[in-house]
Amino acid sequence: MVRSNSHYPASVGEQQIIQRTLSIIVDNEPGVLARVISMFSGRGYNIDSLTVTETEHEQHISRITIVTRGTPLVIEQIKNQLERVVPVHNVIDLSHDYDPLERELALIKVSGKGENRIESLRLAEIFKAQVIDASTEHFIFQITGISPDIDRFIGLMMELGLVEVARTGIAAIGRGKRNLQF
Amino acid sequence: MARVMTGAEIVTQVLIDQGVELIFGYPGGAVLPIYDELFKQAKVRHILVRQEGGAVHAAEGYARSTGKIGIVLVTSGPGATNVVTGLTDALMDSIPLVCITGQVPTHLIGSDAFQECDTVGITRSCTKHNYLVKNANDLAAVLHEAFYVAHSGRPGPVVVDVPKDIQFAEGYYLRPSETKSKVSYRPKLKPDHEKIEAAVNLIANAEKPVFYTGGGIINSGPRASKLLRQLVNTTGFPITSTLMGLGAYPASGHHWLGMLGMHGTYEANMTMHGCDVMIAIGARFDDRITGRLDAFSPNSERIQIDIDPSSINKNIYVDIPIIADCAYALEAIIASLKIKALRPSKSSLKNWWKQINAWRSRKSLAYKNSKEFIMPQYAIQRIYELTKNCDTYITTEVGQHQMWAAQFIGFEEPNRWMTSGGLGTMGYGLPAAIGTQLAHPKSLVIDIAGDASILMNIQEMSTAIQYELPVKVFILNNQYMGMVRQWQQLLHGNRYSESYSESLPNFVKLAEAYGAKGIVCSDPSKLDAAIIEMINTPGPVIFDCRVANLANCYPMIPSGKAHNEMLLGNENSEDDIESAIDMKGRTLV
Repeated sequence: MVRSNSHYPASVGEQQIIQRTLSIIVDNEPGVLARVISMFSGRGYNIDSLTVTETEHEQHISRITIVTRGTPLVIEQIKNQLERVVPVHNVIDLSHDYDPLERELALIKVSGKGENRIESLRLAEIFKAQVIDASTEHFIFQITGISPDIDRFIGLMMELGLVEVARTGIAAIGRGKRNLQF
Repeated sequence: MARVMTGAEIVTQVLIDQGVELIFGYPGGAVLPIYDELFKQAKVRHILVRQEGGAVHAAEGYARSTGKIGIVLVTSGPGATNVVTGLTDALMDSIPLVCITGQVPTHLIGSDAFQECDTVGITRSCTKHNYLVKNANDLAAVLHEAFYVAHSGRPGPVVVDVPKDIQFAEGYYLRPSETKSKVSYRPKLKPDHEKIEAAVNLIANAEKPVFYTGGGIINSGPRASKLLRQLVNTTGFPITSTLMGLGAYPASGHHWLGMLGMHGTYEANMTMHGCDVMIAIGARFDDRITGRLDAFSPNSERIQIDIDPSSINKNIYVDIPIIADCAYALEAIIASLKIKALRPSKSSLKNWWKQINAWRSRKSLAYKNSKEFIMPQYAIQRIYELTKNCDTYITTEVGQHQMWAAQFIGFEEPNRWMTSGGLGTMGYGLPAAIGTQLAHPKSLVIDIAGDASILMNIQEMSTAIQYELPVKVFILNNQYMGMVRQWQQLLHGNRYSESYSESLPNFVKLAEAYGAKGIVCSDPSKLDAAIIEMINTPGPVIFDCRVANLANCYPMIPSGKAHNEMLLGNENSEDDIESAIDMKGRTLV
């Protein structure tokens, strides 16, 4: 059964939970991220991933990339609720409309000696991770790719002395030559 | 040529240039420069309330009874936190407000300074938008934008937080015409043509239609009400309304079914349940309206007109969504019906009305009157009968009295009914009556209250006295928080936990202590004379109407039930009523 926002049972039959990547184009002004985030928390929606930075410096426009989950009706609500936020220019449902390219960057610290150390380096090569810092007892790898590949790489490093991980969250853009922002 | 002014002068100049006549507020350390400017001018009148919460409700009453923006001015810290309830109330009921809050000087923000709070943080989720102004040069543009955001699109409250140093600092003043509003904020007002065509086809082929209308029509302005009346008359369809939409269509109109929802009439709810085409206009399918969602109007195709896309498909799926201001959408529908010369089938409508009249004959609002006690329903009926030829505005608090007022008072015009619908704020009615009375000094303004609700903002009697506002507070005094007690009876085996109004004040003496007139009445045969005395009293009155203690508000859709599972007070036994709500329903609000 679907959980709707209401206390009452949903009127529509069972609906599948889907994952969506949304690009939210906003004015980069104080509090704008808090407005977007508190809409999600206040109305009980999920955020799986969140990335934000200013992308058009002259116009002070930021792009917030959010990966969220819900039934198709909930996703519609999320988009409509986001559009209500005054400094939000546009909400682009990338996964619905544009078969998006999604990439994430991770920095992964691995410490160890001997065979484990060599194995981690070998795996890094296979996963096209770069070494960006090293000592005789550790490596820091930088890896870029789709999230499941990064998950797999981190999973393998766990056996070889994983210390800590920093990930950026997903940046996503629609394919093709069109500008979807405005 | 832009003029240089201090921040406080800019605030006052914006109010003047925006045509503001009245503001409601309470001074404090962080707004003193603005109060100093108000002192020096004569165009904007300031109304001093007794608690900031009262200022917001007064501004709501003013806004709702005039269609203008309500303005509030309060200080930082506790001033700002006291307005939170009213802002939330205005957000839920889409009331346009601009609330200016003082803030500690910018260099003290974040230092836990005296009377500091994170106003924009606290009010972010209870406003349509809010601003913290950190540069006096931005102040005029931000304030003008706040006015625009508050009243355009789906109206709502906007907070502008102004630190004290910005009130002293100098900046350039800009007139409204010299500022631009945000590119990102462009509410859609005009409907899509193809959606209108689809709606018109559905309307023309409807056999069992109903109009379900809400506060959006009132917010859209008097023109929307006029167009609605026109459309109802040309189609001949029945019409019901939410609590917030009462008055958009006249209660004396032939097609009127009464209010719908949890305490709506049997005919309104059954019509909703049985219809084949539902035309929702400026109404948002709130849970008090729909009852059980999976049994809501099972056989209807639905059209919904709303200015806010997030109101569409939120609770109930609609087949034809029309995103527009209702006046534009109504105009387009009327025009299209005319051009195509489409008329719904007269014979099917006739059958539909026959069915509706059968439902009507159940007389769902009937109650057993008494010669011994004043029945609360009777008291409201008498208020209505004795005031319907006056120029009357009604406000309410929240609870049983509010529902009885909605059931028994017939509203003929929009903007005559001020009540807290979405948030259900006890204490709304008296300050709202004050705001309404200020906007309509010659009119009769009555706050229909309960004995518990009235005490939540009773301090505002002092405001009524100060400004010589002849508001009439009519308390249905049953010595209980009546709606709480009713739910305890229905859900919790008559265990009236904390719902008895212990130690009520002597309301007559209380009125006199404030300098108002107090009237008490407990005898049904003397009620009319007492009400007439209240109406004829030139100043404010508190009327302590002692009513039957344990009356329940019917009809009622119990929680978790559908429109066709109503409890009717005159037909269901006490046992039916106590077992009406199952375990699942008990967990619902």
